[in-house]
Amino acid sequence: MLALSFSLCRKELAVGQVSITVNGAEHILELEPRELLVYVLRERLGLTGTNVGCDTSSCGACTVLLDGESVKSCTLLGVQVDGHEITTIEGLATNGTMHPVQEAFHEQHGLQCGYCTPGFIMAAVSLLDETPNPSEEEIRHALEGNLCRCTGYQNIVRAVQAAAGVEV
Amino acid sequence: MSEATVPKLELGRVGESLPRVDGIPKVTGEFAYSSDLQAAGMLWGHTVRSPHAHARVGTIDISAAVGMPGVHAVLTHEDIPGEKRYGLEFQDQPVLAYERVRYFGEPVALVAAEHPEQARRAAERIRVEYEPLEPLVDPERATEAEPLHPDRPTMGHGYRDDPRPNIVRSLVIRQGDPAAEGDVAVSGVYEIGIQDQAFLGPESGLAVPDGEGGVDVYVATQWLHVDRDQVAPCLNLKPEQVRIHLAGVGGAFGGREDLSMQIHGALLALHTNRPVKIVYNREESFVGHIHRHPAKIWAEHRASRDGRLVNVRVRILLDGGAYASSSTAVTSNAASFAVGPYAVDNALIESTCVYTNNPPCGAMRGFGAVQVCFAHEAQMDKLAEALDIDPIELRLLNALGPGGSLPTGQTITGTLPVADVIRRAAALDVPEAEELPRDPMRLPGGSGNTTRGEGVRRGVGFAVGFKNIGYSEGFDDYTAARVQLHADGSATVHCAAAEVGQGVANVILQVARTELGVRDVALAPHTTATVDSAGSASASRMTWMVSGAVRDACRAALEEWDKKGRSLEVDVERIYRHPRTTPLDPETGQVTGERAHVAYACAAMRVVAEVDVELGLTRVVWIGTAQDVGHAVNPQAVQGQIEGGTAQGLGLALMEEIQTRDGLITNASFTDYLIPTTLDMPPVVSELIEEAEPDAPYGVKGVGEPPTVVSTPAVVAALRAATGRELSRVPVRPDDIVGL
Repeated sequence: MLALSFSLCRKELAVGQVSITVNGAEHILELEPRELLVYVLRERLGLTGTNVGCDTSSCGACTVLLDGESVKSCTLLGVQVDGHEITTIEGLATNGTMHPVQEAFHEQHGLQCGYCTPGFIMAAVSLLDETPNPSEEEIRHALEGNLCRCTGYQNIVRAVQAAAGVEV
Repeated sequence: MSEATVPKLELGRVGESLPRVDGIPKVTGEFAYSSDLQAAGMLWGHTVRSPHAHARVGTIDISAAVGMPGVHAVLTHEDIPGEKRYGLEFQDQPVLAYERVRYFGEPVALVAAEHPEQARRAAERIRVEYEPLEPLVDPERATEAEPLHPDRPTMGHGYRDDPRPNIVRSLVIRQGDPAAEGDVAVSGVYEIGIQDQAFLGPESGLAVPDGEGGVDVYVATQWLHVDRDQVAPCLNLKPEQVRIHLAGVGGAFGGREDLSMQIHGALLALHTNRPVKIVYNREESFVGHIHRHPAKIWAEHRASRDGRLVNVRVRILLDGGAYASSSTAVTSNAASFAVGPYAVDNALIESTCVYTNNPPCGAMRGFGAVQVCFAHEAQMDKLAEALDIDPIELRLLNALGPGGSLPTGQTITGTLPVADVIRRAAALDVPEAEELPRDPMRLPGGSGNTTRGEGVRRGVGFAVGFKNIGYSEGFDDYTAARVQLHADGSATVHCAAAEVGQGVANVILQVARTELGVRDVALAPHTTATVDSAGSASASRMTWMVSGAVRDACRAALEEWDKKGRSLEVDVERIYRHPRTTPLDPETGQVTGERAHVAYACAAMRVVAEVDVELGLTRVVWIGTAQDVGHAVNPQAVQGQIEGGTAQGLGLALMEEIQTRDGLITNASFTDYLIPTTLDMPPVVSELIEEAEPDAPYGVKGVGEPPTVVSTPAVVAALRAATGRELSRVPVRPDDIVGL
């Protein structure tokens, strides 16, 4: 589990100043304690690649990396990530070259409407970081918290396998 | 607003698995969904909805909301400048409720404010006087109840005149001798719960006033021009003063065929003279769109001793909910396909859709064919058992094909390889049963760690089904495409076909590249502003229709270009129509011309499931299917449609149902309405049967719906084989499996 600071939730601090590094750039933000991280990313920083699908932490469309580990950004308050590093889908490519997981989702037809795709990609990046050669079963278990309504998941699993270097 | 066109192509003609042209923006997060849109000075809209399924509406007091911080507009039905009712096919639905609310979540008032939270808080201060009325929630009692729509909006449109109250449509198909007896008869009563499209991107859009009295609406939708034609009269504007532009769509599956925020956003934008954005949350999405019709189906099949169907009698009751939406067409589809893809000389089919105070129902993938396929396939298995004939043999014996006819009297003139899909699906290798004991993760119940496998039984199920491609019964169904050839040799294609994730953008470009023989083809934004209608992204019609329109426009453009000496710019628009259909006879349900449906596609599916018969838990182990797809424009995309469509049918079989109590939805969230995850859905082995459809451009067919039609009955057949229980209702609940 991630140890996070709740120090800013004290009642007298209606608005707190936080420092969040997002995709390598530091942002100093004045946040209300109630603001969810996903809305901080989307509304304050304009990073709309992270989508909102359910509001109940069920669908995973809002998955981002917190210090390299996948987390649903609707389950965190903005103030909780003070001093931490966030990576969103916009921060995965390096110097214009897509991350291998992004390449694989595109090439393996791992998406249709694409609304769930950034969340799946971030969850897959986190999985492959911890488990570079996952079995199909490990992939399915790791992505169980992300919902897709279009693909039936087959090409999503295939994309993660391809990104891991498995012949598909 | 983004004027971006899709990236230029390197390859990709008809028949090639070209990666999605919107794939890169979608994997990098750059793709703009309707929920991502922003405009300078933008306000946020919010919809006040009815907490009652049925109530009289008295005074609506907005005074406390009007002066609240950040609030720019509070609107009720009194502020609608034009028509107060709209509807996809019949104008029976209030833009904002007046006099009565007829379903839970019906829109009553609108607020626009600087911040979405301000809009929500102002909405809470609006006082609506409701006098609750007894909700009509039992569709079997609907024709005995007080009429919900005394003006009978769906009557007088050429349907059978049924005088009973609350009838949306009733249709009777009589063929041959409806009293014909066989040697064996089996019967059953089947029920289908309310399924939700559950697309991942909730409804959203942005309405922008144009400063000249008109409005631009950027929205996730399925049918741009018919949105426009519904929006404009309510605003008292000419159609050209309302421009609908497709914004990024997070899935649709029929749920975006009806309007959501379009009129509401436009009203607020014109009232405030500011851009207004409306985004539903998931809870609001569940009440903000129509669902798949729940159904009850009574069926009796009579057959000869040697297994030939002699007479099929089916009664279908569909609950349309509070408003008509596309229910009349669903009623007809359910009737047309009630027998399944089988030949029978005698049939009596009654299909009725009623108004109730339940959630409104309309289009969802499979559109009437899903409900009846669940019933006819259960009946075929019962018949096989009664006759002691192998269920696959029984299906082959009765398989419909070209030259055969439907109970409507329509002869199958195109391709319909029913026997072929049955044979090919039946020939797929089913995996060996996994041994016990095994890792509990690979048992029904999975990580719940509920069993060591003592009560686990395995079953194999089979189903076949079919559905129409394109719009039916005389609807003037067309698609326009406009092609511009530029001086530098490149081309631009305009087409208002909604890319909802199904991949129609690839179809447009692949056809254009095939016809023009150039690589450099750009797709212009999908909009009502620059091109005529493409029709709806529904009925598995878009691939066929767009292929025809883009092909014709490209050929006309090349001809023009030749005439002009191959130097000047060319800009032509062409309209494509599929073969004409005619209505069914209102009294007999028989065709009145050559065809009531344009064409058909079929699929067969085999499913292996394991069931813990003590705990009622299930695990679908393997799915194999063969599908009649016509000539596949993009085989990879076709397979993707089959896999995704199968998952939605599996969801209906095992877990998906909107629950209601007195008409109120009680599970409007993804924690309570479950859809399949990576662990529920096994990989699908799919075989494409590519027979060229003679009436279609390039021999294509639609592919999106057949997998959803067959997977529900195939999964439940596997559960029946494992449990020996009748399982006549979907979704199948653990209680049904255990027998509680």
